[in-house]
Amino acid sequence: MAVDIIVCIKQVPNPEHFSKISLDPVTKTINREGIPVITNPWDKNALEEGLRIRERFSGKVVVLSMGPPQTRKSLEEALAMGADEAFLLCDRAFAAADTLATAYTLARGIQKIGHFDLVLCGNETVDSGTGQVGPQIAQFLSITCVTNVKEITFQEERKLIVKRALESGHMKVKVELPALLAVGQEINKPRLITAFGIMQAAEREPRVWGCEDIGAERDSIGGEGSPTRVLETLEHRPKRKGKIMTGSPEEMVKKAIERLREMGGLI
Amino acid sequence: MSQEVWIFAEQSQGKLLPVSLELLAKGQELSYRLGGKLAAILVGGEVRKLAFELMDYGCEKVYMAEDPQLSLYQGDFYADLLARLISENKPEIVLWGATIIGRELAPWVAAKLKTGLTAHCTDLYIEEIDEEPRLVQVVSGWGGNMSLQIVCNTNPQMATVKPGLMAKPPQRKVTGEIIPIDVDIIKNVVAGRMGQSRAETVEITEEEPEVTPLEEAEVVIAGGWGLNSLGDFQLVEQLAQVLGGAVAGTRPAFDKGWITESRIIGQSGKIVSPKLFISLGASGAPQFTTGLEKSQIILAVDQNPKAPIFEIADIGIVGSLQIILPLLIKELKQKRL
Repeated sequence: MAVDIIVCIKQVPNPEHFSKISLDPVTKTINREGIPVITNPWDKNALEEGLRIRERFSGKVVVLSMGPPQTRKSLEEALAMGADEAFLLCDRAFAAADTLATAYTLARGIQKIGHFDLVLCGNETVDSGTGQVGPQIAQFLSITCVTNVKEITFQEERKLIVKRALESGHMKVKVELPALLAVGQEINKPRLITAFGIMQAAEREPRVWGCEDIGAERDSIGGEGSPTRVLETLEHRPKRKGKIMTGSPEEMVKKAIERLREMGGLI
Repeated sequence: MSQEVWIFAEQSQGKLLPVSLELLAKGQELSYRLGGKLAAILVGGEVRKLAFELMDYGCEKVYMAEDPQLSLYQGDFYADLLARLISENKPEIVLWGATIIGRELAPWVAAKLKTGLTAHCTDLYIEEIDEEPRLVQVVSGWGGNMSLQIVCNTNPQMATVKPGLMAKPPQRKVTGEIIPIDVDIIKNVVAGRMGQSRAETVEITEEEPEVTPLEEAEVVIAGGWGLNSLGDFQLVEQLAQVLGGAVAGTRPAFDKGWITESRIIGQSGKIVSPKLFISLGASGAPQFTTGLEKSQIILAVDQNPKAPIFEIADIGIVGSLQIILPLLIKELKQKRL
């Protein structure tokens, strides 16, 4: 009885510092130097779910990420949370990938890892929030997928019932493994990293693979393999000519309501 | 070349989702520029009457896959069917609603077709690029701080659009044509799925929303981290009650457990454009304001006079929420009587 799980994670800039990300006025490129990074919060939920499934069925939890060398830190954290192994897909040729090229690369990484029953990932990332990479990995692996998952119940080792949230209700989906599930944040509360976990993880180093290692086709990876490209980036700072109310709290509130009425805001 | 612009007309339980009509409005503009037809793909158990509804809003062609086996959304099956329809008919552009289903299906289909897909666009237009009319897809990036123009080198050019962002088009009846998808094709796709790894939707439970859906509310009251001093969301709810508005919040408010995930405003949540938006104790980080900047009137309360929320507010009150909020409720209550 074993369920082998691969969890895909991404390192992202900390959203609390997004406002510090600026645009170089000359090169028109994004400057994110000095912006602290974190593991995408949703991906921690995916890892937590993987660890819980392992506690029930045994099997391995392997973490996989694609990114620059500093992504190693997120993988080390995942190992400290309890993952068995970690792999980093790191190669200059992977850079500037859109979701399709990213999904292709991660899928090649998964195939290189070898056996798996379940692929878990976060439903979206805080940086771009497309939520596209999960379903696209599933397609490259020719397995099924369910997104926005809020509950996973195993009926048998290879058969599960997945509850996914919809805008106005729920959907129950019977899933047969292998499959990819993209999880929402309400599915669980990720465990904290303990000193014991860090000590144990010290013995397990993330392994790094490049383009050749995973046998990726050059024309399917990175910017070259991306069907979409950024034409232009502009700073976006919407502004209104607003009025700040003055006076005592009572006066401010009265003036604000008066102004609301003038503007037709009281329906 | 067909030059058609397609929209995925998502329906649930025999009703078109509002976003499907919103997509028609944008689709009309794009198809006019390209000189092609505006078409919809409609999939479901019993959807013929929805095809006519689409035509009432300017849709000239409806590719309709109607079969009892299609009455519940089935990911594998829908993705196969749509990818097949798209590769056979080669539309220039395909637009999808960024709903939960749309956000699963669109990337799945894009990967099948090996084409590009841009997520939750805030604007779409046609521009000559290398002497060819291409779709420019505008998305907000880095928490709404930046606006990126994206183009796709492959066809079809596909994009998802957040519900509520574009206006529903006025009625404009056209005599359209329905192109029914051959039952054999549907059967083949079903058969092709057999024996493969798969997921099967067994049940959809519609839950009556206890409160007005955010996108439909005329007044939205949102709270942020600054409410921490109050300890809870009670006053926000009271204010919402007085104004008959819907309660929402920032992501930190969700992290605090004050609101549910479906009530988050912003880049990773809902985009709203109500008549009146009231922001309480939110500093105005771009990942939040990107979800409200299309509101008609914005009233903001925060204790920090330098909070960026005041830059996009029409009316600002600087002060402690503990003092301002009860006053606001009291005054508005009196006005209502």
